[in-house]
Amino acid sequence: MQGPAVRVDHLTKRYEIGAAQRNTNVREHVTNLLTSVWRRRRPEVITVLDDLSFEIQPGEIVGIVGSNGAGKSTLLKILSRVTFPTAGEVHVSGRVASLLEVGTGFHDELTGRENIFLNGSILGMKTAQIKARFDEIVAYSGVEQFIDTPIKRYSSGMRMRLGFAVAAHLNPDVLIVDEVLAVGDAAFQRKCLKTMEGLRHGGRTVLFVSHNLGAVENLCSRAIWLQGGRIKLDGPAREVTKKYMSTNVDVVGGSVNLEAAAGRPGNGDMRFTRVEFLDAQGHIKNIIQAGDPLRIRFHYSAKKPLSNLTIGYRINSEFGMGVTESSTRLHDIVMPTIAAGDAYIDVDIPALNMMPGVYYFTAGVTTIGGPVHDTAENCLRMELLSGKVYGTGRVIDNTHGVAFFPQTWELEGVRVAAER
Amino acid sequence: MSETWWSELWRYRELLFFFAARDIKVRYKQAALGAAWAVVQPLATMLVFTIFFGRIARIPSNGLPYPLFSFCGLAAWLYFASTVAYASNSLVSNSSMITKVYFPRVYLPTSSALGCLMDLAISGAVLAAMMIYYGVAPTPFVLLVPLLVVIMILLALGVGFVLAALNVRFRDVKHVVPFGLQLWLFATPIIYPLSYLPTEAQRLSMLNPMTGIVENLRAAVLGGGEFNWQAMGISAAISIAVFCVGLVYFRKVERNFADVV
Repeated sequence: MQGPAVRVDHLTKRYEIGAAQRNTNVREHVTNLLTSVWRRRRPEVITVLDDLSFEIQPGEIVGIVGSNGAGKSTLLKILSRVTFPTAGEVHVSGRVASLLEVGTGFHDELTGRENIFLNGSILGMKTAQIKARFDEIVAYSGVEQFIDTPIKRYSSGMRMRLGFAVAAHLNPDVLIVDEVLAVGDAAFQRKCLKTMEGLRHGGRTVLFVSHNLGAVENLCSRAIWLQGGRIKLDGPAREVTKKYMSTNVDVVGGSVNLEAAAGRPGNGDMRFTRVEFLDAQGHIKNIIQAGDPLRIRFHYSAKKPLSNLTIGYRINSEFGMGVTESSTRLHDIVMPTIAAGDAYIDVDIPALNMMPGVYYFTAGVTTIGGPVHDTAENCLRMELLSGKVYGTGRVIDNTHGVAFFPQTWELEGVRVAAER
Repeated sequence: MSETWWSELWRYRELLFFFAARDIKVRYKQAALGAAWAVVQPLATMLVFTIFFGRIARIPSNGLPYPLFSFCGLAAWLYFASTVAYASNSLVSNSSMITKVYFPRVYLPTSSALGCLMDLAISGAVLAAMMIYYGVAPTPFVLLVPLLVVIMILLALGVGFVLAALNVRFRDVKHVVPFGLQLWLFATPIIYPLSYLPTEAQRLSMLNPMTGIVENLRAAVLGGGEFNWQAMGISAAISIAVFCVGLVYFRKVERNFADVV
């Protein structure tokens, strides 16, 4: 195949917001026409994609990252021909399959079998192709037992597995995937990632939008960071995901001020004001080594008395992969009704058994069965240094995984060779 | 894209049948009466028409028994009206697909024409049964029935394409359609024969493309009147024109569907 698989040339996409572009009825439309003549008001226009240009060569696996609203999904929609550019050109060569959603076209009244054919056909497969791969698809989905039952009886997990099973057996030259992996249980996600990996070895071109930076980093050779409809960075996946992750966090070190809560999710009845990493003596711990004891202090400010709370935290790896999550609820702690005002809560970790590396810390407080009060996502960057991980002098780093645990090797079962 | 619109239609051709099959299956699985609905609706309407228009108002029926006369017209009308109704709503009701995947959008309204053919076949069978009951034989013109049906399909699709595209943008189209079809029913010689109208009105009525189709379907299948070549010619010409205009309009507006729907 000559030439790039995907070529985007000064692509711009604008939407008119307000009455002009969305669906409406005739009366409204006429009213708008009349009022616009009166007031000469130009419709408000938002630019979702702004003069994008890039090329993707056949066989590249490219991840597209960016915060919500950066234009990622719109870009994929345009590449999938679901919507069209306002200006600029887009060329995709070869057969394109788009997975903007799993199970597109599924109808509840039809059986799994019927939906496989319908969905496959919508995605561009020929009937003969679907028939040939039918058994594989069903086996992959894991719903053999229910394949002739209407899918309205399926759980959402089953529907998704079925949808992905069909998609996994497409044979496109260019595959476009939009965060379909965000849904589903861990086992399913692993399966999807494995399939995507298989595609990589097949030499196909893949465009992959995801918030799972770990997946992007593992699967993609290249990543494009979209911000505000423009390309902020385009380069090797590792580099781009690292830079992307680090911009969400401002502070390095053992203490972060969280009082500026603007834009943080949560209803604000209680807000974290500071998070501190302390050592056994209660001093701020700026340098943390793998295996160290650690006390985390969550300073908060409550607007009013709150009961039935759970406070927790999550630690993500450098690339967004969750390492551990914990909360008072998971420890069966029934929080007393806390008073309004400023106070703190501690969690004491005897040994932080994570491999050296960079981690990001998220704190959250919720009323159990109720609203989220505050979530401070990736608010603190932890740099875990190498330590005497197994109590030996050996240097361990994060190529050895994410966690380690105290252990001893016992040699009593080994049969020693006789001395020569 | 090196493909033309037409070669792409050909490549996705199987999708048309999948959509039609889906519509048929869903309609029959959901309705409690299922297949019976295709029969009950025209039969019930025919009954009501026979009582009020046939018996009480005593509208003539070209020498044929009124129930047979009206049922034939109703069977054809039902196909036309339901194709237009389904087609006009096809884009909106499949909006989640349109915003997620590319395929030739025109197959959505087109599949309504295929899907409703099943109902037409069933009504046709009932009509045949009625003809046996009344002892009415078909005329040699019955061979032209497929041609008339094709003309009706073209007309229904042409109207359907325009309405489907408009409905994406203006949602009140959905409410106007049943009302419009109702009026169109009365304007077409279904309750009454064309000959019932005064001559000037007859000429005007022939401008309604459904007139030529319904009158000639009746004449071909049941007899009781002359085959009206003039009306058929007018119907054919208008239907083809409406189909072409509808298709052109649809293609023109297609690009914006996903943004607006």
